[in-house]
Amino acid sequence: MTARALINVPAKARRGEVIEIKTLIAHPMESGFRVGLNGALIPRDIITSFVATHNGEEIFRADFSPAIAANPFVTFHTVATATGTIAFTWTGDNGFAQTEEAPITVE
Amino acid sequence: VLKIDSARATPETLQAAIKNIVGEAPLRRGKVAIDVPPLVENGNTVPLTVSVESPMTAADHVKAIHVFNEKNPQPNVIGVKLSPRAGKAQFSTRIKLAAAQKVVAVAQLSDGSFWSADADVIVTIAACVEDLQ
Repeated sequence: MTARALINVPAKARRGEVIEIKTLIAHPMESGFRVGLNGALIPRDIITSFVATHNGEEIFRADFSPAIAANPFVTFHTVATATGTIAFTWTGDNGFAQTEEAPITVE
Repeated sequence: VLKIDSARATPETLQAAIKNIVGEAPLRRGKVAIDVPPLVENGNTVPLTVSVESPMTAADHVKAIHVFNEKNPQPNVIGVKLSPRAGKAQFSTRIKLAAAQKVVAVAQLSDGSFWSADADVIVTIAACVEDLQ
């Protein structure tokens, strides 16, 4: 199953420009601390790690805890260095793993 | 119906979580700015931006930013790894807050120093531990 992801990367940037990247992925981020209708704890189901790479080089990494809101939203910055692909990988509980890519043209 | 949660983070667990990152190094106030609304209605999604004053050069940059809270079930919120490739030491996300409490951000710089800031948030509808009843 693929979660819906929204990614905002500028299509074009000048070399050396600091660009802002926004990402959001659909995920419940169930904290593991809530009690369900049957009185039992709802098991934890969160995304634990988010990594962004630019042409394979890591540019940003975040470790999430259960205190990150549902549908994790992250904004960060990077220096536009080269034309290519920015890839985003989310991994988490219950084998969750998803990668999305966005192209960028640097001139 | 409110559940009494003995596993809730306390100022002591917050201090322990910070010490876990900082170790014996001195933790200084400054350089770090937390942008979070002082009063939020819904603790399930609280916008948070953390920025650190830094030129982000190879010689002087922010290596990591950690965010902690005082009263959620666990003290850790998010840990972010940065490099000079970031260009700007800033990130934003949305967090859950289980009660009105203090949020603390700690930045680790490339020279090994640690800097922090904190912000108080009042929450009128809590998150994380509310039950589906």
